[in-house]
Amino acid sequence: MTTTSPATRVASGTLAVRAEGLVKTFGDNRAVDGVDLNVESGTVYGVLGPNGAGKTTTINMLATLMRPDGGRAEIFGHDVVREPNVVRQLIGVTGQFASVDETLSATENLVIFGRLLGLSRTDAKKKSVDLLERFGLTEAARRPLKKFSGGMRRRLDLAASLIAQPPLIFLDEPTTGLDPRTRGQMWDTIRELVASGSTVLLTTQYLDEADQLADRIAVIDHGRVVAEGTSDDLKASVGTSSLILRLADLADGADALRAIEQVLGVRATLSPEATRITAPMADADRVADLLITLREAGIHLTEMSVQKPTLDEVFLTITGAPATADADSEQKTEALA
Amino acid sequence: MTTITATPTRIVPAGERDLHNRTSVVQTVQNTLTMAYRGLVKIRRTPEQLIDVTVQPIIFTLMFAYIFGGAIAGGVQDYLPALIPGILVQTVITTSVVTGVQLREDMDKGVFDRFRSLPIARIAPLSGALLADTLRYAIATTITFVVGFLMGYHPAGGVGSIVLAGLLVIASAWAISWIFAFFGVIARTASSVQGISMLVLFPLTFLSNAYVPVDSLPGPLAWFASVNPISHLVTAVRELANNGVWGTDAWLSLLGAAVIVAIFAPLTVRAYMRKA
Repeated sequence: MTTTSPATRVASGTLAVRAEGLVKTFGDNRAVDGVDLNVESGTVYGVLGPNGAGKTTTINMLATLMRPDGGRAEIFGHDVVREPNVVRQLIGVTGQFASVDETLSATENLVIFGRLLGLSRTDAKKKSVDLLERFGLTEAARRPLKKFSGGMRRRLDLAASLIAQPPLIFLDEPTTGLDPRTRGQMWDTIRELVASGSTVLLTTQYLDEADQLADRIAVIDHGRVVAEGTSDDLKASVGTSSLILRLADLADGADALRAIEQVLGVRATLSPEATRITAPMADADRVADLLITLREAGIHLTEMSVQKPTLDEVFLTITGAPATADADSEQKTEALA
Repeated sequence: MTTITATPTRIVPAGERDLHNRTSVVQTVQNTLTMAYRGLVKIRRTPEQLIDVTVQPIIFTLMFAYIFGGAIAGGVQDYLPALIPGILVQTVITTSVVTGVQLREDMDKGVFDRFRSLPIARIAPLSGALLADTLRYAIATTITFVVGFLMGYHPAGGVGSIVLAGLLVIASAWAISWIFAFFGVIARTASSVQGISMLVLFPLTFLSNAYVPVDSLPGPLAWFASVNPISHLVTAVRELANNGVWGTDAWLSLLGAAVIVAIFAPLTVRAYMRKA
């Protein structure tokens, strides 16, 4: 039963993930409605979309946790429906909700997963010590997980996915709900994984995160891929950041607009209450010229900020409709002071 | 993860791995043992789980002996040889409900998703849970006998027969736990598993010869009590413990246990695999 058939050996250079027309329906709801994905080995692939877009369902099908209702998917050339156990030997899954045993300690969790993966008792213990050290959890190793913070739980969850050192790792919203510092640490870990030869497929609600980590991004909405490309491709389709200025004296409004048109060569808009000016910022270098011009003209500012394109704007541009979820609202004011 | 020091070891590419789509029998056994070990660690972490197999046999034995002893057998000492086997069977069989309840709870947790994403025998979380629960039955069996001895129960069958009687009860409870495991797999919530199971168990254990002589029951009840498999098990335990005899009822109990496993194990496994 343990013999390796020739079919299970694949030539290197196969795609890590290949999905064609994946479909999953729950009752009347087509949660995933014909998703195509191609992920090259050794890259980070970001699946970007709001809550309920079908990201988790897609990952569940690729990770053999759910059976697709239509289409097909291969992991390193192995069909997820016909060879589920081979696929499971090639993947690590870190879900949105920590998939570890709450009542057990971190060490006990890792040892049990290690034993299930075929490690001997000693190897499983050694592996858990290594991983806990690598993820900065050594001090908490013997505590039951009930006392873990959200960030610690996420880290343990990721550590559990790495026991078998799988060549492909699924991360479902790895940083949702984490504070900015812990998020930065998670990003570093993901970069290290790729550096060691892993392929990572991650889902996120944050354009910023996809931008930071992913080599390629698929934007998904209502179960469909609505845009695919590198982060630069995507940004180009979305437009540029905007420059936001707040005036000290409302009477300067018209003069400021004229100065912007002169220096930046773009038409800015004045907010109805006439205190805020929004201008598309195509070339960040020329903002300095604008500021000098404004100072020389005696136009005083109380505040200046740059607003990056938000997920909402990505959706607006790509689908012509606002993102369905409210989850990205926290992204809206990513202003730089 | 600011603490990451060494670069992780190079990951073996997918194409250079030795992969197989079937799990071997050896791996299935290993996975089952690991899952059973997980069950034991969980018991150690949450010892309050053991209340039903520790405190319950003590309280039930004391209560039934002193409340019914005088009325049924004319005295506590005379009631014990009939009562202890009855209490033993009821307690251990009732304990097997927990298997289904915990299975349901487990399947609803995030950790189950991880088990399903690992290249392990699909059946291991189920078989491991059933295996770990035999420890609970062993604890309940031991405590019931010990309480009986302390109250003055002197079974004439001898140590060997007592052990054999205990093993027979544990085996039967394990068989019956497949029924509750089935409820556990198909039910929507853990509390509904508890509800359904108790609804089945209460009539089954009380409409038997566990506490009262069958001939004291009215006609239809007496008939039911005499065909009730629980009665056969209780009689088998009484014969073994009190007389040291492995009789017809013992064989019937084993047969019943085998029939239950033959029916419910495939049903449970099929329902479980559909969800796992």
